[in-house]
Amino acid sequence: MIGLLNYWVVFALMLLGLYMTISSSNLVKKVVGLNIFQTSVFIFFISMGKVTGGTAPILDEAYSAYSNPLPHVLILTAIVVGVATTALALALIVRIREGYGSIEESYIRDKDRESGS
Amino acid sequence: MSAQLPILQLLFPLIAAPICSLLHNRNAAWLLSALATWASLATAIGLYYQTANGAELIYEVGGWPPPWGISVNIDSLNALVLLLITGMASVLVVAFPASLTIQWLGSRARLYYTAYLLCFASLIGITITGDAFNVFVFLEISSLSTYALVAMGRDRRAQLAAFRYLIMGTVGATFILISVGLLYMATGTLNMADLAERIPALHDSTVVRAAFGFFIVGAGVKVAMFPMHFWLPSAYSFAPSIASAFLAATATKVAVYVMLRFIFGVFGAELFFDVLALDQVFLALAVVGIVVGSLAALYQDDIKAVLAYSSVAQLSYMVLGIAVGTASGLTAAVVHIFNHGLIKAALFIVLAGIFVRFQCTRLSDLAGLGKFAPWTVGAFGVGAMSLIGIPGTAGFISKWYLLLSVLEHAWWFVALVIIASSLLALAYMWRVIDALWLKEPSQLVTERGREAPLRMLIPAWVLALANFFFGIDTTVTLGAAGRAVASLLGVSA
Repeated sequence: MIGLLNYWVVFALMLLGLYMTISSSNLVKKVVGLNIFQTSVFIFFISMGKVTGGTAPILDEAYSAYSNPLPHVLILTAIVVGVATTALALALIVRIREGYGSIEESYIRDKDRESGS
Repeated sequence: MSAQLPILQLLFPLIAAPICSLLHNRNAAWLLSALATWASLATAIGLYYQTANGAELIYEVGGWPPPWGISVNIDSLNALVLLLITGMASVLVVAFPASLTIQWLGSRARLYYTAYLLCFASLIGITITGDAFNVFVFLEISSLSTYALVAMGRDRRAQLAAFRYLIMGTVGATFILISVGLLYMATGTLNMADLAERIPALHDSTVVRAAFGFFIVGAGVKVAMFPMHFWLPSAYSFAPSIASAFLAATATKVAVYVMLRFIFGVFGAELFFDVLALDQVFLALAVVGIVVGSLAALYQDDIKAVLAYSSVAQLSYMVLGIAVGTASGLTAAVVHIFNHGLIKAALFIVLAGIFVRFQCTRLSDLAGLGKFAPWTVGAFGVGAMSLIGIPGTAGFISKWYLLLSVLEHAWWFVALVIIASSLLALAYMWRVIDALWLKEPSQLVTERGREAPLRMLIPAWVLALANFFFGIDTTVTLGAAGRAVASLLGVSA
């Protein structure tokens, strides 16, 4: 059973993150939810590359089983993308706060309606 | 030299982007972006002729052979998409310095050009790559630079639209990442050609089916397929007009290309049509998307919002073409990718020109503009004719082929929807034309009514005349689309 534990954790984190992204009214909380969602996918890729009993993929006569390095490398790229996304999202939130004076979505919606958009 | 063309067109803008971010002189930054864009166009034209006989070019990046290294594949389909992206960018780049956004930004305009170049480069990257993970990486680069471009709108709602787009876009892109992971799990490869070979044996695998589902939803967000289109109207309405022109002409079109490529070149038509019968889902969503988009366009006061909602409907035409699935349906979808890019670029650039003069694009404020700026409104009229699909324009060609392909299936109801939505297009574009040409000039127009700046008017007319050209001479569009579809269906058969 322990073999699938990682994937259950991934599944739980994925739903948790997605729910948080959709349901939060606070923009920063949305970004946090998005991060949790992305991280769950990172864990998914990392779990996928692990071979039971395998070691780090550096050739050595003492070992015959190696973990697959490719998913790990892919996820390095995806993590960079995730960091860039978070940075941009937070920068946008700063600008939104300057414009509206709030980061609560319901408040912002009311303000947009008042100004007659 | 000619063997290096596939990668060169990506390298021009990609190398120009970081240099551009250092150029404090905004004219220098513009010149560099323009040169990089035009160099890419020249390369794309070269590639078009290299693939014109139906050949497929495979370039091994860094000299590593495909299953290990990343390959760049150019066939008739992406040669046509490349021609669209680089062509539209080459025309629009001329107008950039005249736009208000660039003038407001001052010396920070270099950051706008950098974001544009990155977006442009990554759209090319998505189109040429033969590696599934590479698609995700380029997709994210293009999305991130798009969010930045949208957020440069002056209205505070631009930042909000960019943020909402970012949330939806990132969820969509992460879905594609999950799909790529599942595919790698099931097949052990990321190369598209390898994937296409291994997937037919795994049609019953839940992993592959889940990968397909995640992919469709993820790509659907990028395409703005109904009901995942909510980001598009606000993003296009509040982005700087000149950025809207670039994005409407290229970004969503590339997303449709990705969808075509993955459905036919990776997952295979058999899985899509016969095993999972997803074409029924696509058909239903496309029909609803066409109707909802056209109806919403009818009730907008901002002309940019009219065009944005009409994009939702027009993108649904392409989804419909995929759902039809026959050679003629796919040809219609591919040609519409090209023609609709042409139409929206022409319409949005006119709006950018109007925005320079009036700082607004609200229909109620712009009544009677035609009397003061006949050339500006005239270019808009040509674009509108093409959007409606009047014979002799580019828009007619793709709609006609779509209608024929639907009739081949004897789907009378869908054919009726296409005709009804053309009438709706006539209605919402007529509302705009009527207000601009026939109404009494508003106070704002009488005070400040002038033609758009020449730097925008000339590109607008170039695009408007291109709409006539591709409506009469279809050898390039239909020819390339026909070859592309033959190779798509050939691969999947």
